[in-house]
Amino acid sequence: MSSRLLVFLIPFAVIAIFWVMARSEKKLAHDPTHKSFFERNGMVLGITFIMLVAFWSLFLVVLPYLYMVVESFHPKLPPMQRGGPDDHLTLEQYKSFFFEPMDGSLNTTHMGAFVFTIFTSVVVTAFNFAICYPLAYYMAQAGSLQKVRLIMLALIVPYWVNEILRAFSLRLLLASKGLINQALLGLGLTEKPIDFLALDVGLYVGLSYAYLLVMIFPLYNAIESLDKNQIEAARDLGAPWWKIHRDVVIPYAKPGIASGCTMVFMLAAGSLAAPQFLGGPSTLWFTSIVYDFFFQAFNWPRGAAYAFILLAACIAFVMLMLRLFKVSLGETIK
Amino acid sequence: MSAGVELDHVTVRFGQFTAVDDATLDIKGGEFFSFLGPSGCGKTTILRTVSGFLDPSAGKVRIGGQDMGGIGPNKRPTALIFQNLALFPLMTVADNITYGLRVRGMSKAERMKKAGELLDLIALPGQGDKLVSELSGGQKQRVAIARALAVQPKVLLLDEPLSALDLKLRQHMRTELRAIQQQVGITFIYITHDQGEALTMSDRIAVMSDGVIQQVSDGKNVYDHPDTPFVASFVGENNPFAGKVVSADGDYAAVETPHGVLRGRNDKKLKAGDRAILFVRPESFRLGGGASDATLASETISSAFEGNATHVFLKGATKKDITVTVARHGGHKIPVQGETAAIHYEPAMGVVLPEGKMARE
Repeated sequence: MSSRLLVFLIPFAVIAIFWVMARSEKKLAHDPTHKSFFERNGMVLGITFIMLVAFWSLFLVVLPYLYMVVESFHPKLPPMQRGGPDDHLTLEQYKSFFFEPMDGSLNTTHMGAFVFTIFTSVVVTAFNFAICYPLAYYMAQAGSLQKVRLIMLALIVPYWVNEILRAFSLRLLLASKGLINQALLGLGLTEKPIDFLALDVGLYVGLSYAYLLVMIFPLYNAIESLDKNQIEAARDLGAPWWKIHRDVVIPYAKPGIASGCTMVFMLAAGSLAAPQFLGGPSTLWFTSIVYDFFFQAFNWPRGAAYAFILLAACIAFVMLMLRLFKVSLGETIK
Repeated sequence: MSAGVELDHVTVRFGQFTAVDDATLDIKGGEFFSFLGPSGCGKTTILRTVSGFLDPSAGKVRIGGQDMGGIGPNKRPTALIFQNLALFPLMTVADNITYGLRVRGMSKAERMKKAGELLDLIALPGQGDKLVSELSGGQKQRVAIARALAVQPKVLLLDEPLSALDLKLRQHMRTELRAIQQQVGITFIYITHDQGEALTMSDRIAVMSDGVIQQVSDGKNVYDHPDTPFVASFVGENNPFAGKVVSADGDYAAVETPHGVLRGRNDKKLKAGDRAILFVRPESFRLGGGASDATLASETISSAFEGNATHVFLKGATKKDITVTVARHGGHKIPVQGETAAIHYEPAMGVVLPEGKMARE
């Protein structure tokens, strides 16, 4: 049997494991009045539950993700040869990220795009944090209820506009003959128009804008639950405002900060629309490469391999950051 | 090192609402001074004004003779102990205590030494490495005091810091607070709605109601010589008898009340015809008849035995019963329910005050 079909055995394994668990539950419980899984739920419901778990594992885990993992370890073959003698397990798709399959030279294009994507996502995350922290603090601790509502509205309403429209209106603003350049030229601040899009300004602005809310709400939630007296106590003990933030507010809000930063970073690194519409002509975004492998080159195995490289790198990076800032993963989802 | 605090015609308004109305006070350096009043009387507002979190709408606050206008809470020589203590949950006890020193740039070694000294002062030696959450209520209380004292304030402000503790601990902490105050010798300004706390600890008390300071005096004076009906009814138990002054001389006045003409001290120099309230404390009453203008009789409603004393409730002219506290060692026969009992008092123990607002029951 082809190795790519092995993954479909997993749902059956899940069913089997659940069946055994349901069966052995009564034996393991030391309470003699304890009813077994099937006694509690009845045969019909019991089987339904197990089937639902099987459905979940098949359609929501195996098919979308695990099948892709398996796919990424296979060579790209014409449909006729799939399952044939050439269809063997291989690391060539992962290798192709590092070395060109043609001549074995270093694949600087893709690795460069990968590093650029990660770097840009880090910058966007930091930039978003810098914008959102003061705003979230104001909303959570300083502002009056009315003003906070107004700010919330101003934050949320722009998200009613769909992503493409938002991206293209940013293009209109930033284009060589766009509003900002016209204004700069008109004011005599620049001789010739600045190509913001080629400078990736559009990319940064677009990505930051797209994930602003994802940053602000975890921060707001975390800071909002901080007792105002803590801030006043620090102030009363002589702390200037920046020490209050350094010693009291930020340590308290750390789980929220970690959660916001993680989400913005992950989403930015995996985003597709903003880099495509707002990136400069020479900007190569990693997910665009993945997209092209799937839909232009029809090379699913290589696309899948690239996607998993990105996923693994992002997870590793986030874990490293959480470790560095001493936040446990559990805290970030509180 | 201590400093006095002067309030010079301080008024604090929030929109239309006046929280503190023209308060003028002179708190001496090294004094244990309490603001006593029901919730919403403006005492916490005064405290926040002194600490710098609020600016007075009018008037001036001076600490050690220096005008505090425009000086923020982090620059004032005051330290505040919050009602909920507001200890920093993510810091250890030692870090909490020395936070004020840390922001002043003191080195870690020096801070740890200082923390040790303060932990000794509050009788928690060697507990500096614990987290705040590992401490009991009383211990947290003491850490909050140490944290405030660490910055060597000239004035310590306390906002009902004992209200979260249970009764026994609260009584114990009263003694302890007073002892700490005498040891460090700085000015303590204490906010409370609990008259027991105010009376036992304070050198002087300011009784407040609706943003107005009613009386400033030592505890004994506030209790024995109240200035207003509010003070008389808020501090301790009291029996009011409202009526009209029928005759008055320099020291005493007789008031026509629903229970007859009764006499009391006329500290406020009321004249015949003035509306007045005579106050007699429950423990000032004795069972049995006495002088005719200091005796009344009424039907017994109930009595409550409280160990060291028995409270007898007689039917009053208003909704409020007359309370008589009978000490245990008097050999008195407690009147039974329905029995008409006569009670009397020394006219010197009755206080005649001009009619005015009383504390809510």
